[in-house]
Amino acid sequence: MGRITLNKVTKRFGDVEVIPPLDLEIEDGEFVVFVGPSGCGKSTLLRLIAGLEDVSSGRIDIDGSDATSVPPAKRGLAMVFQSYALYPHMSVRKNIAFPMKMAGVPQDEQARRIEGAAKALNLTDYLDRRPGQLSGGQRQRVAIGRAIVREPAAFLFDEPLSNLDAALRVGMRLEISELHKRLATTMVYVTHDQVEAMTMADKIVVLRAGNIEQVGSPLELYRTPRNLFVAGFIGSPRMNLIEGPEAARHEAHTIGVRPEHIAVSGTEGTWKGRIGVSEHLGSDTFFHVHDTGLAETLTVRAGGEVDLHHGDTVYLTPEADKIHRFDRKGLRIA
Amino acid sequence: MATQHSRSAARFMMAPSVVLLLIWMLVPLGLTLWFSFMDYRPQRGTFDCCVGFENYARFVTSSSFQDAVITTLIMVGGILAITVIGGIFLALLLDQPFWGQGVARILVIAPFFVMPTVSALVWKNLIMNPDNGLLAYLWRFFGADPVVWLTDYALFSIVVIVSWMWLPFATLILLTSIQSLDSERLEAAEMDGAGAVARFWYMILPHLARAITIVILIETIFLLAIFAEIFVTTGGAFGTQNLTYLIYQRVIESQNIGLGSAGGIIAVILANIVAIFLMRIVGKNLDA
Ligand SMILES: Nc1ncnc2c1ncn2[C@@H]1O[C@H](COP(=O)(O)OP(=O)(O)O)[C@@H](O)[C@H]1O
Ligand SMILES: [Mg+2]
Repeated sequence: MGRITLNKVTKRFGDVEVIPPLDLEIEDGEFVVFVGPSGCGKSTLLRLIAGLEDVSSGRIDIDGSDATSVPPAKRGLAMVFQSYALYPHMSVRKNIAFPMKMAGVPQDEQARRIEGAAKALNLTDYLDRRPGQLSGGQRQRVAIGRAIVREPAAFLFDEPLSNLDAALRVGMRLEISELHKRLATTMVYVTHDQVEAMTMADKIVVLRAGNIEQVGSPLELYRTPRNLFVAGFIGSPRMNLIEGPEAARHEAHTIGVRPEHIAVSGTEGTWKGRIGVSEHLGSDTFFHVHDTGLAETLTVRAGGEVDLHHGDTVYLTPEADKIHRFDRKGLRIA
Repeated sequence: MATQHSRSAARFMMAPSVVLLLIWMLVPLGLTLWFSFMDYRPQRGTFDCCVGFENYARFVTSSSFQDAVITTLIMVGGILAITVIGGIFLALLLDQPFWGQGVARILVIAPFFVMPTVSALVWKNLIMNPDNGLLAYLWRFFGADPVVWLTDYALFSIVVIVSWMWLPFATLILLTSIQSLDSERLEAAEMDGAGAVARFWYMILPHLARAITIVILIETIFLLAIFAEIFVTTGGAFGTQNLTYLIYQRVIESQNIGLGSAGGIIAVILANIVAIFLMRIVGKNLDA
């Protein structure tokens, strides 16, 4: 079980309100991702759930009982820190055993769980090494192993992949997702990377300055961003935002079209522009189109092998039903 | 200093200072070594060469030598215990956020800046004096007879005085070490179910191990040579004569330079044994 409910939770550091009153429901077994720009209060929110920070007001329930003033160790949650926070003076085995030692788990049970975790995380050959002798990815796995053996009600991850290189990050992302499928335990995952959020989450919580901007499944956020912030944050490359007469034509203050929802042609189309930088990824090509009179630059996606080049004139046609409309306050017009 | 070339250049540049230091060190050491094999008593005009190891034998076999060694060990051990344990405690305390932390930190460091002679005099005359010392007033206030500290508990008193001076040093080094401990590691331990005591035992103490060895190493080297505090307070009486003081006493009071020099060489050898021993521990600690 791992159902977490936040009820009007706030957090102030001195006079600064980092988390304004916030309500959130995390269902048992869900993979929830908190995503938002750096400094928006993701870590703070996670630490409130963990109990490492006290809430300024409000209430946190875990599995239906009030956990607001329960100390961290008693909440039954395990946390994986950004810095891994391994114990450098202990071997990998002792690191993983530490929470069980503190909980007074019998020796043979400890050994059994360590073996299980080590096998699942490919750490069997490294159990007697110190953390200092491991690579970044292996350290990350030790930190996860230390969390698994506690058999927690929920896992909390604070940007666990941000210290890894890109290739390793993709691999670990998959491993964590698989771990979630296998254990079916609630996971709360913090990241500033919307790609991680989109690929891993059952439910994404988009945060800005401590406020929840939108909660939903990755595709819900992609299809129907509730406001301009979410529209700009989710999706890569970013959605094109257009103001002025063109937006007015759609009876909106701002309209947004994703690069993948604009058809590119060398001969005819709705909007006309000139190609600036083009990024060839092989499968796709992204053109940065200037001089459209709509916005500084429009980013559009074309096939991998289109025959258009820097300086060429292009015609762009947005897909009519994929145009997002926003009002003066930046809220979505249904 | 990566390449062969830069390494030899560095050696060449360092040569003058190394040579100067060597002369600085070797000349007195050589003289002491020479004197230690002579019967050299200037007041009687004796300056006879080469009595072999007679001075060494006399120094080592005298009953005061054994007493001095034991006194030295108790003194160094006692001061180390007090400063390390007290230093850990103070460092933990000063690491907590509290009002006036900055001032408190400076005050804690203050005793380290007081000269040994001055601090010993202050302790002797203002604190431990049986007639009008601070402690005497305290004892009388509770209706007890004042303790004559520097006579009845002389060794203990000196340990206290010197500990007072070295406690700031230990505290300072241990405090910096505690501050370098990653707070996420402590939080991870907290989430793993470690209470305050377990966190201290399994996280903070292992983290401090290196700093503690360094404190012990540096303090030992200085504490083996305590002199001013003894000279000012007890003058080596009441079982407070350590090795350094014994040597001083042999040279100045007995006017036997040969015997004193032999003692000096023995002290150098003993100090080096301790230093090598400690270096190896630190070395092992630094590897880990
Ligand atoms: N212990 C603290 N004291 C004061 N301000 C803090 C503290 N921790 C975080 N903050 C502030 O709270 C805000 C949110 O921080 P954080 O939750 O770490 O952001 P994120 O993890 O989303 O990057 C930041 O503006 C930060 O400066
Ligand atoms: Mg953060």
